[in-house]
Amino acid sequence: MTNNLRVKSSKFIDETYKISFKFNNKNYYGYKGDTLASALLANGIHLIGRSFKYHRPRGIMTAGSEEPNAIVQIHKNTSRTEPNVRATEIEIYEGLEASSQNCWPSVNFDIGGINNFLSPVLPAGFYYKTFMWPASFWKKYEYFIRKSAGLGKSPTEPDPDIYEHKYIHCDVLIIGAGISGIIAAKTSAKNGFKTLLLDEKPYLGGSTIYQNSEHFKINNQISSSWIEKEINEIKKIDNLEIKTRTSVAAFHSYNFLLARENLTDHLPLHQRDGKVRHRLLKIRAKKVISATGSLERPLVFDNNDRPGILLSSAIEKYSNLFGVACGQKNVLFTNNDSAYETAISLFQKGINIEAIIDNRENVDSKLVKEIEKNNIKIYKGYTVVNTFGYKRINKISIMQLSKDGQKVVGSKISIDCDCLGMSGGWTPAVHLFTQSGGKLKFRDDDQVFIPDTYPSDQISIGSCNGEFTLDEILSSISKKLKDFLNIKKTEYENLEILSHFNKTKRNIWLLPSDKIIGKTKPFVDYQNDATAKDIKLALREGFRSIEHVKRYTTTGMGTDQGKLGNMHALGIISETAGSKMGELGTTTFRPPYTPLTFGTIVGRNVGEYFDVSRKTPIHDWHVENKAKFENVGQWKRAWFYPKENEGMHEAVQRESKAARDSAGILDASTLGKIDIQGTDASEFLNRVYTNAWSKLAIGKCRYGLMLNEDGMVYDDGVTTRLDENHYIMTTTTGGAATVLSKLEDYLQTEWPELDVYLTSVTDHYATISVCGPNSKKIISKVIPNLDLSDEKFPHMSFKNTKIDKVKCRVMRISFTGEQSYEINVQANYGKSVWDKCMQAGKEFNITPYGTETMHLLRAEKGFIIVGQDTDATMTPIDLQMDWIVSKKKYDFIGKRSLYRSDTIRDDRKQLIGLVTENPKEVLEEGAQIVLDANKSPVEMLGHVTSSYYSPNLEKSIALGVVKGGKNMMGQKLIIPMENKQINVTVTDPVFLDKENKRLNA
Amino acid sequence: MFVINCPYCGQREQSEFKAGGEAHIVRPKQPTELSDDQWAEYLFMRKNIKGIQFERWVHSHGCRKWFNMVRDTSNDEIKAIYKMGEKPPVK
Ligand SMILES: [Zn+2]
Repeated sequence: MTNNLRVKSSKFIDETYKISFKFNNKNYYGYKGDTLASALLANGIHLIGRSFKYHRPRGIMTAGSEEPNAIVQIHKNTSRTEPNVRATEIEIYEGLEASSQNCWPSVNFDIGGINNFLSPVLPAGFYYKTFMWPASFWKKYEYFIRKSAGLGKSPTEPDPDIYEHKYIHCDVLIIGAGISGIIAAKTSAKNGFKTLLLDEKPYLGGSTIYQNSEHFKINNQISSSWIEKEINEIKKIDNLEIKTRTSVAAFHSYNFLLARENLTDHLPLHQRDGKVRHRLLKIRAKKVISATGSLERPLVFDNNDRPGILLSSAIEKYSNLFGVACGQKNVLFTNNDSAYETAISLFQKGINIEAIIDNRENVDSKLVKEIEKNNIKIYKGYTVVNTFGYKRINKISIMQLSKDGQKVVGSKISIDCDCLGMSGGWTPAVHLFTQSGGKLKFRDDDQVFIPDTYPSDQISIGSCNGEFTLDEILSSISKKLKDFLNIKKTEYENLEILSHFNKTKRNIWLLPSDKIIGKTKPFVDYQNDATAKDIKLALREGFRSIEHVKRYTTTGMGTDQGKLGNMHALGIISETAGSKMGELGTTTFRPPYTPLTFGTIVGRNVGEYFDVSRKTPIHDWHVENKAKFENVGQWKRAWFYPKENEGMHEAVQRESKAARDSAGILDASTLGKIDIQGTDASEFLNRVYTNAWSKLAIGKCRYGLMLNEDGMVYDDGVTTRLDENHYIMTTTTGGAATVLSKLEDYLQTEWPELDVYLTSVTDHYATISVCGPNSKKIISKVIPNLDLSDEKFPHMSFKNTKIDKVKCRVMRISFTGEQSYEINVQANYGKSVWDKCMQAGKEFNITPYGTETMHLLRAEKGFIIVGQDTDATMTPIDLQMDWIVSKKKYDFIGKRSLYRSDTIRDDRKQLIGLVTENPKEVLEEGAQIVLDANKSPVEMLGHVTSSYYSPNLEKSIALGVVKGGKNMMGQKLIIPMENKQINVTVTDPVFLDKENKRLNA
Repeated sequence: MFVINCPYCGQREQSEFKAGGEAHIVRPKQPTELSDDQWAEYLFMRKNIKGIQFERWVHSHGCRKWFNMVRDTSNDEIKAIYKMGEKPPVK
């Protein structure tokens, strides 16, 4: 069967433009304008893949984005591979390679198909019930499940495509370019509104564009001709932007929408290089008009999932738009007039129709009569009870429905066919509307949910609002647009409309069968293989809420979010449980409406643009000198500077030793700096730090600890009094932004009476710290005019000075316990001052050190790092820092919390030092600390927070937090590791120079 | 994503703002006089209403100013926005 299923040429298909593509490694041809689905159908191929659970053969069911079955993997084993692509949406291009998913070894012979015969043991909740117990067996099951199940394979190579994001602001956004959307767009744009019209398909006009029937006319023209003229006109309007191949993924509150514009997926691969593939549009619209249309419903009966069974409207679209016959012996099965529209189209094209099975008994609309006139057999009041054919339908059997529709009666009739079209009526596509927060109401007449209340300035028009016929849509659209857009008139007030569609429908959610339900497979959710039987089982087992039934049966949880079957699931629940559909509600429709690729979501934020990175003014020097970097927040900080053959350990040992033996230099520019000015600056500091600040003399520095109101340590740093009403506060590198916003919060909301101004100056200054016994000599070479004597420039003081003509602030403060000077200079001069220090320090072997050495040096002194030795559960008392908590101050942030019943407990975790029995053994940070590892259950006393091998003390040292640790000095404890136990002793956290002699050495 | 009318800057995207919890909880003037229970009431207890809620917001990526907002948490409708220190315009 090659290309013999093309019927009368379609103007949407360019038969002069042949395109070759591969499906499951075989070559096929299609034409420009084809989707993969239409091209495969033209080649006689219905079987596309295997179902998720039972591995049943599945084919193309729809002609749109709601497709549950025909999903394929494209360009397997390449960087552009993509799973779960809907064959009904992808437009074919030269070189397209698609393959079936979820089958092994091949779609025609699939081992998992055995699940189909095992299905009596694979009911709803089977996975929950079986594989979750015993827990240890899960690993074994998982191996087999992963191999035989799953939807497609994710790519393993980096994505070669480019994606981007774009913001759009418009007056009116119209979603969907069917007949309602086209009319709305033209009306809006012609009235001067900046208008945006989006449609997921590559063409405009929705289903009207291929509506060639004499039964539907507007102003005496066939509806497709009428809309074609409208489309040509709107393309000329300046303030109307039209985007096709653009699907709205999400509709959020306040008319904020996300849409994916697909720019290159229809092009041959070699034409895509350098082009943006998908553009994520972030749209803020003043008004939104949803014209998203409706989806045809399948019918639920035994074996309703075989390849060759499609929606009736899809068969019509394949024939009218793509010029493809889905079968040569077609049967239509319906409960309403829609299938007759399909039948008339097929008949016009000369495609054979064997019969129509109609649930309704008395039907005599104009459409029905035309079919009867053409001698096509209609079985009125009948239903399909079964279908046959493994990889393609070949026969159905039908029976008559009882009066109440609950049973089948009479004898079975068999009909041969190779294609069955089903129409269960229409479901308004209200997904986006409900995402926006809109509430639905249930219309009993034709059993549909339609929009009820709108949460923002928006309306729904056309069939997504439950107006299914041409006359319903066109007779009301003018008034709706006038009211919504607040305009006087439209050009659509007096249209002459001919529509022969009769609205009677006989809705039966689960069609009766001659077999008991346990022996049937009436599928509700095709992608997840959930049947009506599973839903009934869930109800029998006590599930009532639609959300629970959904999760238990997995109905509606596939990549298609159950667009076809959700209504049937609701219907079956309502009938079985005896509750009303309107009261049952629907499950929540979540974004995205159709799946988005990760690339689209991430946009340009990949590689080095993944996150913002902050670099100090001295960064380039670190790079040139082979520093390894670590991320601290968004900062890139020099971590250590390995020399030839050095690893991290060797480098850090060398740097640490040099800093204490002679001199070290650190780039501390990343420390947060907040400039504080105002007549109440001292009072402000009194309130935000635990210690007292009023008496700090001008030119002096002080270390401060900041708490949260709950008493827990939040940040620390040195603050310097520059002048009477002027301070500069330093914060931790990671805490700078949160400290500033917390201080602003208190200033603006609790203490607005204080005259204080805060300015972040972190990036304005480069900060260079020179430490070690020779630091004084080095600084005196860099700044010869500055008196560095301990009397004139003691520890914890500051000087304004100049290096050549450049103003700088020098603080004598220390985070290492060594004598040390911190030069703050305007950022632009940072690199030159650094060079000067390096030059001056050459004779003293000045050694640049990174954050790792800084951490080691401060640990030797027992200085904490907020965020490493604390974790938002440590008070200053827990840290043995009682000395910094003022007893005299009436109040400061967190003071009252320091004597809550919980914070005064003796057995809180407290900071202690730890030394190992074996001085060479270095503990792992995060390791648990216990007293007795053999007593079960083992009581965890705490954990190691910082741990290093100290080259200066020539032994392993560690800090940790231990319950009641303060009173455990000298206590022997145990660190249990995976295959050993390490003996440690609790010590004071200060390991080196307890008397602080080195600060002035 | 809301559009928030900053009292200092005008209409801006929600992504420029941060929420700061319940509004009109005044820090006690004399915390030391409070019992553990009274302090805990201030420190921990917050309402989480479905419906009209009074909240603090800050224009963190804009003017850095704090202000108050009255919001219906059930549908995110912003009923009112007013500056710090001002009385709520709706009950
Ligand atoms: Zn603002």
